[in-house]
Amino acid sequence: MDFLRPSTWDEALAAKAAHPDAVPIAGGTDVMVELNFDRRRPPALLDLTRVAPLTEWGTDGDLLRVGAGVSYRRIIEELGSRLPGLAMASRTVGSPQIRNRGTVGGNLGSASPAGDAHPPLLAAGALVELASVRGVRRVPVDGFFRGPKRSVLEPDELIAGFLVRPGGAQQFAKVGTRNAMVIAVCSFALSLSLETRSVGTGIGSAAPTPLRATEAEEFLSRELDWEARGPVPPSVAQRFGELVAAAASPIDDVRGTAAYRSHALSVLARRTLAWAWKGFREVGP
Amino acid sequence: MTTVEAGVAGGVGTSPKRPDGGLKVRGEFAFSSDLWADDMLWGATLRSPHPHARIRGIDITAAVALPGVYAVLTHEDVPGAKRYGLEIVDQPVLAMGEVKYQGEPVAVVAADHPETARRAAARIVVDYEVLPAVTEASLGVLLRHVPIRTGDPDATADVVVTGEYQVGMQDQAFLGPESGLAVPAEDGGVDLYIATQWLHVDQKQVADCLGLPAEKVRLTLAGVGGAFGAREDLSMQVHASLLALHTGRPVKMVYGREESFFGHVHRHPATMWYEHGATRDGKLVYVKAKIVLDGGAYASSSTAVAANAATLGIGPYEVPNVVMDASVYYTNNPPCGAMRGFGAVQACFAYESQMDKLASALGLDPVEVRLRNAMTTGSRMPTGQIVEGPAPVADLLIRVRSAPPAPEGSGDLREMPGGVSNTTHGEGVVRGIGYGIGIKNVAFSEGFDDYATARVRLELIGGEPAVLVHTAAAEVGQGLVTVQAQIARTELGVERVTVATADTSVGSAGSSSASRQTYMTGGAVRAACQAVRAALLARVGGARLDGGKVLSDSGAVIADLASVIGDGPIEETVEWRHRPTYPLDPVTGQGNAHVQYAFAAHRATVDVDVELGLVRVVEIVTAQDVGKAVNPLAVEGQIHGGTAQGLGLALMEEIQMVDGIVRNPSFTDYLIPTILDMPPMKVDVLEMADPHSPYGLRGVGEPPTISSTPAVVAAVRAATGKALTRVPVRPEHIVG
Ligand SMILES: Cc1cc2nc3c(=O)[nH]c(=O)nc-3n(C[C@H](O)[C@H](O)[C@H](O)COP(=O)(O)OP(=O)(O)OC[C@H]3O[C@@H](n4cnc5c(N)ncnc54)[C@H](O)[C@@H]3O)c2cc1C
Repeated sequence: MDFLRPSTWDEALAAKAAHPDAVPIAGGTDVMVELNFDRRRPPALLDLTRVAPLTEWGTDGDLLRVGAGVSYRRIIEELGSRLPGLAMASRTVGSPQIRNRGTVGGNLGSASPAGDAHPPLLAAGALVELASVRGVRRVPVDGFFRGPKRSVLEPDELIAGFLVRPGGAQQFAKVGTRNAMVIAVCSFALSLSLETRSVGTGIGSAAPTPLRATEAEEFLSRELDWEARGPVPPSVAQRFGELVAAAASPIDDVRGTAAYRSHALSVLARRTLAWAWKGFREVGP
Repeated sequence: MTTVEAGVAGGVGTSPKRPDGGLKVRGEFAFSSDLWADDMLWGATLRSPHPHARIRGIDITAAVALPGVYAVLTHEDVPGAKRYGLEIVDQPVLAMGEVKYQGEPVAVVAADHPETARRAAARIVVDYEVLPAVTEASLGVLLRHVPIRTGDPDATADVVVTGEYQVGMQDQAFLGPESGLAVPAEDGGVDLYIATQWLHVDQKQVADCLGLPAEKVRLTLAGVGGAFGAREDLSMQVHASLLALHTGRPVKMVYGREESFFGHVHRHPATMWYEHGATRDGKLVYVKAKIVLDGGAYASSSTAVAANAATLGIGPYEVPNVVMDASVYYTNNPPCGAMRGFGAVQACFAYESQMDKLASALGLDPVEVRLRNAMTTGSRMPTGQIVEGPAPVADLLIRVRSAPPAPEGSGDLREMPGGVSNTTHGEGVVRGIGYGIGIKNVAFSEGFDDYATARVRLELIGGEPAVLVHTAAAEVGQGLVTVQAQIARTELGVERVTVATADTSVGSAGSSSASRQTYMTGGAVRAACQAVRAALLARVGGARLDGGKVLSDSGAVIADLASVIGDGPIEETVEWRHRPTYPLDPVTGQGNAHVQYAFAAHRATVDVDVELGLVRVVEIVTAQDVGKAVNPLAVEGQIHGGTAQGLGLALMEEIQMVDGIVRNPSFTDYLIPTILDMPPMKVDVLEMADPHSPYGLRGVGEPPTISSTPAVVAAVRAATGKALTRVPVRPEHIVG
């Protein structure tokens, strides 16, 4: 197995173009597991850890741009106030060791329906920046996933980073059968923007891909009292929960039943809505 | 002869640092998976993908053809006995014409690289004819039925509660997978370095299968990464030895995590029907119970597990009339065998659930109903055996009940059900409290000739007295090496003690199981030390040892210890036995089957998110009588660890089976409690000496695992009002 170690972004893109079947490796917390379990024996690994720009974040116009190689730990420590939903999700990932090494780019690269970074990125309407020697494209994250562990990433492309509009109220909640180090039975992210009076959602582990609950978003953005920020009527919260659950297509598996997942999603939707809205009411405009 | 030296540091009752502690914390401890020989080959195992199939043929051509492969062996290459087993010799070394469970070894390979070995194994073509699999215990072939009858089988009572309970298949989930190194020896034998619980029982089985005399199969204990019963049966011992003898090269085998789930036995899943009858004031009149255990494809220690479930199956209570039937059946599920608690765990979940049910039927407090029936010294077990020595059941219950209530949460997410997964900020959270108490036998029962051997040598090293203790007892992480040294220090008054690596050049120590090693090997070390001391005193006609001096009857100094040893080292080997036990009557189940009973009580406080079904255990209080805490810190460690394992069974740990296929053979989906699942504990250790055991000690390792499970479930029931008759309790059971 070849081990390619580019030190610049251009070298990395050139290497990927020259070796499209080379598997990129960032934190390695997914890749090494696959290698250890002998599920995968790629001809080459493409180590991205020496490519400095991947580990940087900054602004891009009114968007925040985060490099694919920023670790969960740094998301929590450095971006907790700008991207609270993603930081909450990052806090639930694995253990301290995994959060030190694991990256959001790697989570996107794996494109698992259970990837915890995905729901908050969906809720925030993030763009994924993909690059190759052919150029750069920005894909809305809800168009990024194509199936379980499949995405629109082309064989010669790398994930450069993601872009999000900071601000608004964000929440993330994940159900697991133990209190830490657990793959989501299901998860839910919510993003509310006063500015645009819009609602964003993301559902994890309850369908072949992470997905938005579009109908629930539209319903809630219509029903919320954005003007006076009055309390959310229980019937609205209830309906929102139902619509979120209806957007999912869960299955029975070792981690939980489909019925439980639907039920839990509706509970998480109601609760995260209450917390996010309460934030607005307390903080003011 | 009863003089015990005082004043030596690091003796019995203290907690000296264990030699492996720092190494393990720093990741420097050499486990059996770290074994290495320069010219070694790597072994790999081909396993059955089917729970039941006939093997029409095995074609190894493609595997042998792979460069780097040195041997591909099937059952035809097993030179000695083709089967082995702890109690019943029924398990093939390699499948012979039939596989009876998913994961059963079919062929083994040796190659110069572990990956080559695995790839070669994958190239072996096995022609299977898949057969129907029996995966329900009640439909399987009976392996053992243990009846117990006492009193009037037709007794009636004012208040009757009934219930059906189930326990899922728990795994020992040790951290160090099965591994070892077999080195062919010049005498045609083999030296096997291995992580196991009982070197001599491995030795016998390996020798039989290799067709060698026992003395040509020499075993040395390698670093053990946990055991909990999962290393009582053979795993790769015969396979690696076969490959080593075949190739003339050392062969190392290490199971991966997934393979490990197929490499050892599990806890027996159980279905249990109970009927408790009591008077209106809460005195038990009768218990009728039927316990069905799934033994899986091979016998392992199932017959003894069934006996434990039966004899301990009504709990630490006085019950005049008992009709108990515990049965274990062969199925095509993975073999089940020893796991911490050994049959007592399953029954305790059922009888403690019943006691709670009875309390609520009577309108009594759950502790109160237990107190009214608590067994005590002199109580009669349903087997007719009289409980000797302290049996502080009521005391333990009162202690856990009287502990101050668990503190209210601070609101920190980490204290909430779901933890930092942020599923609740208090919504839906209800607190509940539950109790459990259990009973366990210590050491081997039913007339088994249970003994341990110790060799102790007192000599001068660099002019200073030093002791060498040599036993075959397996240090599996419980701290036995430290305990052996402590006993030698106390008995001989010599601080400098070395504990030799356990191997088969000394007699059997019996298994590191059944909470027995401090009792048994500790007892043997103590007896050997006493023999050494007697020989030492005899040399100069002394009466006792004190402060490194040999004293006369009148207390006058006769000689310096060092000068007496100067005449030559003193070595004694002792085979030590506990008092005999007796078989159970096959019809009535009467008999003095057990040598010692141990008790622990738990109080669990939980917060349950009743809308999501998520549980956070807030606090666990426990009280346990250990007779004598030979090493108080190790005792506490056992109680914490055992309680965690019981919490795991209550809330998450289960090997999920569908039609004989394991669905979650990984730590991704076989969940064990993390530090964020395990609450702070209050541990109350009682030391009420047993008149018959060394230092009055009582086995410690298993009781904490037994009563923690029902206590946690009772607390969840208290919070949710749900019946919860199956463990592990899953979120969908709570919200469903
Ligand atoms: C013990 C443990 C616990 C875990 N717990 C969680 C959890 O709770 N939640 C969760 O979501 N995940 C969890 N994971 C999975 C894993 O940690 C995450 O998916 C993580 O985000 C992967 O990031 P990484 O940098 O380690 O990726 P890597 O393993 O390096 O790569 C993952 C995939 O992404 C590709 N890739 C990486 N970077 C790029 C790039 N820049 N461009 C293109 N492709 C790229 C790789 O080729 C690979 O296919 C856990 C893993 C382990 C081992």
